[in-house]
Amino acid sequence: MARAVTPRRKAINTALAWGIGILIFFPILWTILTSFKTEAQAIADPPLFLNFDWTLENYVTVQERSNYFRHFWNSVVISVGSTLIGLLIAVPAAWAMAFVPGRRTKDVLMWMLSTKMLPPVGVLVPIYLIFRDTGLLDSRIGLVIVLTLINLPIIVWMLYTYFREIPGEILEAARMDGAGLRSEILYVLTPMAVPGIASTLLLNIILAWNEAFWTLNLTAANAAPLTAFIASYSSPEGLFYAKLSAASTMAIAPILIMGWFSQKQLVRGLTFGAVK
Amino acid sequence: MGQITLDKVTKRFGEVEVIPPLDLEIGDGEFTVFVGPSGCGKSTLLRLIAGLEDVSGGQIRIDGRDATETPPARRGLAMVFQSYALYPHMSVRKNIAFPMKMAGVPEDEQKRRIEGAAKALNLTDYLDRRPGQLSGGQRQRVAIGRAIVREPAAFLFDEPLSNLDAALRVGMRLEISELHERLKTTMIYVTHDQVEAMTMADKIVVLRAGHVEQVGSPLELYRSPRNLFVAGFIGSPKMNFIEGEEAGRHDARTIGIRPEHVSVDPSGPWSGVVAVSEHLGSDTFLHIHETGLCDVMTVRAGGELDVHHGDRVRLSPDLSKLHRFDGQGLRIA
Repeated sequence: MARAVTPRRKAINTALAWGIGILIFFPILWTILTSFKTEAQAIADPPLFLNFDWTLENYVTVQERSNYFRHFWNSVVISVGSTLIGLLIAVPAAWAMAFVPGRRTKDVLMWMLSTKMLPPVGVLVPIYLIFRDTGLLDSRIGLVIVLTLINLPIIVWMLYTYFREIPGEILEAARMDGAGLRSEILYVLTPMAVPGIASTLLLNIILAWNEAFWTLNLTAANAAPLTAFIASYSSPEGLFYAKLSAASTMAIAPILIMGWFSQKQLVRGLTFGAVK
Repeated sequence: MGQITLDKVTKRFGEVEVIPPLDLEIGDGEFTVFVGPSGCGKSTLLRLIAGLEDVSGGQIRIDGRDATETPPARRGLAMVFQSYALYPHMSVRKNIAFPMKMAGVPEDEQKRRIEGAAKALNLTDYLDRRPGQLSGGQRQRVAIGRAIVREPAAFLFDEPLSNLDAALRVGMRLEISELHERLKTTMIYVTHDQVEAMTMADKIVVLRAGHVEQVGSPLELYRSPRNLFVAGFIGSPKMNFIEGEEAGRHDARTIGIRPEHVSVDPSGPWSGVVAVSEHLGSDTFLHIHETGLCDVMTVRAGGELDVHHGDRVRLSPDLSKLHRFDGQGLRIA
């Protein structure tokens, strides 16, 4: 029996949900607010919430000092590129594991996931040296390669879970209906898998967009994406909070907008398997 | 045409032999039902015929041609699945059209056949809906429509009614029987429900652990079951089995008598105490204890019989309908 929801309980739940929502969103909100303050107001004590002189000065300065669009373009190439290549490899892999599992399929999946348990810094030196010797340092291709490899296990796992949800009987029905392998994939499997592939794509673009460890360590100027752009405004003494905030806001804005428009897919992506 | 021959067909999953060498002949236009308890291999057998499973040995012939290695898409058979297995992203119209699209049937011919099938199956108003917007019975009809339009050599049904509620099941059962009367196409139907088997089949194949226990028409199986298993499986309620002295009197290890062949009769030779009486209106089923013959004897009596829990009754078997079985459980003629 469903529990009766009294108006009081409903009010408490609503307040709680809003509270948690605001708590999670607050750092982003504060970053955006700070980006419109002057440097002095940004470090004012007590902090100023809304009652300050709103200014766009930080954005102007940031755009004057560094080329936002070059970093933006690097981010797009690296995140979209690594995700697309990852999907290209992962779709057949997940397909095979979901529909023609072997005795070792589960082990292979676990083994792939186990690579995510290794702290990235543990392999920084060898990868750095390999990149140096092959001339991949500070190149977009290098970052696409490394981010593809880093996110591949997650892409395979997500797709595997989606493909597993597609009932085998439907594929058998297609076979009985006279579909060969090509028609089966084209007309039946792909349309049913598209929602899963789409949310995997979105989630991985976000992961790659915000990836900071490898992008910071393997780039200098040419291939630096927005993460490096933000980092260039963080000084140890913390004197440029307002400019740092402006840079951060500019860096997260595109992905935030993309996320907003694809909310439905993303929620499904993040809760896959849990809700039907 | 749709004559299907199984010649020493075997199926092994690893070390386990689920279908030992099996021979079976399904005639053109026949409605054949595979029936048996769950795990008896009836669905596996159907999937072997469909080509969805590879045989481990033997040969499957469709219309005289060896189809053992033919992929399912090219066997010319249509299948209706238990879960319906409709394409969720396609409208009803596209679902039904799919096999024709695969076969390269011209557009106007496709349209004609879709309309024909929709009319026959009462789906005309639903052609533009998605499967998710249909009820269970409607989905099942779409699955049947998808099978009809390709004009297959034979239809394969894998427990198609088991996801429907009881009332709908009776209705669909009749529809499938009518469909068979109309199309005269070979149909193979898998079920664990012996009522479905009895009411629909021209020929019943009773399976147990991959073995064919008996093949015959419903009434043949009812009248002369080859062994105890078939005797107990076919007929509802189940046949009563009696061992011991009473069986010895008929020169048998076990005798069987169906509930409908025992009557309440004040001068009858057997007696017992009524434990439960189920009054259905048309019939009364009595479950009788303390007969000294078997644990519980089921008796089918007249509809308005006034007998209740605790009453002692005398019973009279119709000896001409008695079944006798030997020590191996085989029928004694």
